[in-house]
Amino acid sequence: MDESEQGRVVGGILAAQGHDPTRLVQILHHCQEAVGWLPPAVRAAVAAGLRLPLAQVEGVAGFYAFFHLQPVGRYRILFSDNITDRMQGSEALMQRLCASLWVEAGKVSEDGLVSIDRTSCTGLCDQGPALLVNLRPIGRLTVGRIDQIADLVRERVPLDAWPAELFAVEHPVWRRDRLLETPFAPGDALRAVRERVPQDGLAAANLRSWREGLPGGLAGPDALLDEIKRANLRGRGGAGFMTGLKWEACRHAPLPAGQTRCVVCNADEGEPGTFKDRVLLATRPDLVIEGMTVAAYAIGARRGFIYLRGEYRFLLAGLESVLAERRQAGLLGPDILGVPGMDFDIEIHLGAGAYVCGEESALIESLEGKRGTPRNRPPFPVTNGYLDQPTVVNNVETFAAAALIAVQGGAWYADRGTAHSAGTKLLSVAGDCARPGVYEFPFGVSVRAVLAACGAQETQAVQVGGPSGVCIGADAFDRCLAFEDIPTAGAFTIFDQRRDMFEVARNYVHFFQHESCGFCTPCRVGTRLLRDWMDKLQRGGGSPCDLAEIEQLNGLLQRSSHCGLGHTACNPVLDTLAHFRPAYLQRLQHTTFVPAFDLDQALAAARQMSGRDDPGAHLSAAADEAT
Amino acid sequence: MAHTFILDGQTIPFAEGETVLSAATRAGVFIPHLCHHPDFKPYGGCKLCTVRVEGRHTAACTLRAMPGLRVESDTEALNAERRHLTQMLFVEGNHFCPGCEQSGHCQLQATAAHLGMTSPHYPQFFPARPLDASHPDILLDLNRCILCTLCIRASREVDGKAVFALGGRGIGTHLVVNAASGRLVDSDLSADDLAARICPVGAILPKRRGFAVPIGERTYDGHAQVAGPLKTANREEGV
Repeated sequence: MDESEQGRVVGGILAAQGHDPTRLVQILHHCQEAVGWLPPAVRAAVAAGLRLPLAQVEGVAGFYAFFHLQPVGRYRILFSDNITDRMQGSEALMQRLCASLWVEAGKVSEDGLVSIDRTSCTGLCDQGPALLVNLRPIGRLTVGRIDQIADLVRERVPLDAWPAELFAVEHPVWRRDRLLETPFAPGDALRAVRERVPQDGLAAANLRSWREGLPGGLAGPDALLDEIKRANLRGRGGAGFMTGLKWEACRHAPLPAGQTRCVVCNADEGEPGTFKDRVLLATRPDLVIEGMTVAAYAIGARRGFIYLRGEYRFLLAGLESVLAERRQAGLLGPDILGVPGMDFDIEIHLGAGAYVCGEESALIESLEGKRGTPRNRPPFPVTNGYLDQPTVVNNVETFAAAALIAVQGGAWYADRGTAHSAGTKLLSVAGDCARPGVYEFPFGVSVRAVLAACGAQETQAVQVGGPSGVCIGADAFDRCLAFEDIPTAGAFTIFDQRRDMFEVARNYVHFFQHESCGFCTPCRVGTRLLRDWMDKLQRGGGSPCDLAEIEQLNGLLQRSSHCGLGHTACNPVLDTLAHFRPAYLQRLQHTTFVPAFDLDQALAAARQMSGRDDPGAHLSAAADEAT
Repeated sequence: MAHTFILDGQTIPFAEGETVLSAATRAGVFIPHLCHHPDFKPYGGCKLCTVRVEGRHTAACTLRAMPGLRVESDTEALNAERRHLTQMLFVEGNHFCPGCEQSGHCQLQATAAHLGMTSPHYPQFFPARPLDASHPDILLDLNRCILCTLCIRASREVDGKAVFALGGRGIGTHLVVNAASGRLVDSDLSADDLAARICPVGAILPKRRGFAVPIGERTYDGHAQVAGPLKTANREEGV
């Protein structure tokens, strides 16, 4: 595609997106899909068309791992690099594919045909190892599948002509409770909400709440908020904030003229080991979308967004068609269910490979077409969110639960779970067990019960809540999953006795380093220092001094980082150090400090350039010979 | 000035909506900082100004002062953390003070001295960063950039130009120049722009200026304890 053709393509995309700079991330997605990468001419055309500085367009594009400012292969293959993928042999499979296609990981093949690299967890841990080819997922990788992929690439078969079974994603659910087993038809929750309003006040109440978003004294939204509060529903994204309070705060936030309240569904499920939102969005999309609509009703919002992580682009078409069906059925759009003024619609924004966008204010920045950097808070999104408008951001699972609460009532929901953690929780169970997949348990379930349900044996450790959660050993398996004991957003990754817990922690540390947004000093530099320390230990250069450094760094990150990513980046190391210290001690080959700088390693580039790898080209070997 | 808060035992008056950092500075109490500038909205990125409030740590530049708030800042523990953050900024870039024209005027160097930093402590990253000498009047040396974003904000908000932006992510975050070539000479930057003069370190420097102020007489020079001049300099800036 030459530059003038690129210009035409970009022009069409910009027109379709209304030349709206807040849609920059979406525009870059479309451009890259059309052109393959984001060459300078495309960037320039986007900047000109949106009246943005070129540097800003490049700055936004450069933030997201899935946007390419340098040429990439026509087939862009990204191996999911979660610890579960590695445990299932992803590294060897990647090496095999690289060797087969004559390409080095991280580089583009000389003919520009293919590039192969690693990416953060793609959310297919229940069917790994997995990869993305041009953002389309392929799971259950085997040597056979890798060879098949190599053949397809070599023969330049267009992706659409690849065997469909390669792209098949399953959504295994092994245990269902309230959220996954309660029958639900589109519109049920909205009709129930309507029925709760005294008939005489129906139109007036809704008109006021939807058109003007006025707080207080309105039967419909208030009755709904009461049910949400009665359900004791807490946010399912991990932090566990009371959903009813959040909605109420947003509903009562002042609304300047010309603004509207917004409802955002956080489907940026990026925590390694988590995939329950994938299953919800694929199998119960109406429940999620209706939950958003119910939230819109409660707070008086007219605009909604689903922020879908780029790795889940394969769910996009299905979700779009559900939205279309709901508009057709009068469940989205103007005058929902025929009630005048009940206007609400939802658009889907696609993320582009940035874990930090799971943080709600970073997500909002991304929705606005910016770099996904967490904002300074306060103000919080409930008062100053999307385009400075009052905004509720909730997890996919929270909205699904809210829809059922609207139908069945708060008491029905709070009947499950514990006093402080009402209801049920979807767990993404993966790792060393017989039946990986989604399990819905009432809150308060013990770790041991989950392990038994999924057929885990000789379990050494469980990472609950992903790398930013906690790692527990067998002594803690009787503890419970609940906000008051072990809080979790749903990841439940199992490691049996064979696993090296040091390598688990090292994988997570690499993840945080890769995903740090770079905004604040402690996280930007600290995650890199931590990664280097863990790599130093892995190379055998460790001493007790390094462990002391890691502990001190953890304190600094916890106290001075800007957001949760930095606060939790050291957790995997500290937890494994506390519970699996031998895995570290066996690596401490020195009793006194050893510099991180390895002179022999520094000569690696020179060795590669000169094509030498004989003993004489190694410093240590040369020194040994001399003695 | 109806309200006050307590900073290290001292009563600090503040106006409605004022931050802890700005009220403290006005009262003559210095809290170390690098990305903050009084003429711009708080940014909160460098985290040097992190203080302790009711047991929690937070950046003073973004913290709204509240009546009766008890804030700790000049404690050994907090200064030790600031020293570590400063060391992080040193090792992530390439800061060779003896060869830098900004030496003595440099806020990073002065902060390090103020905090008693005597070594980089952490392993050096030695990143490969470009130097852009294309502009006739201004030198851009990204080796020294600490990502305070003051040039970005100055160019946008004061010069009305948007010459700079942030690119990349994480440890790869870097300044981007607004030009198709990516070179400063092809941007709109001119030597009298605030963006060309606001850099607190030596990343953006005027060309053809060498030792106009002799070493020993520079902003932060000639004092065993740098805290004094750093405070004074900040007051002169109107911080």
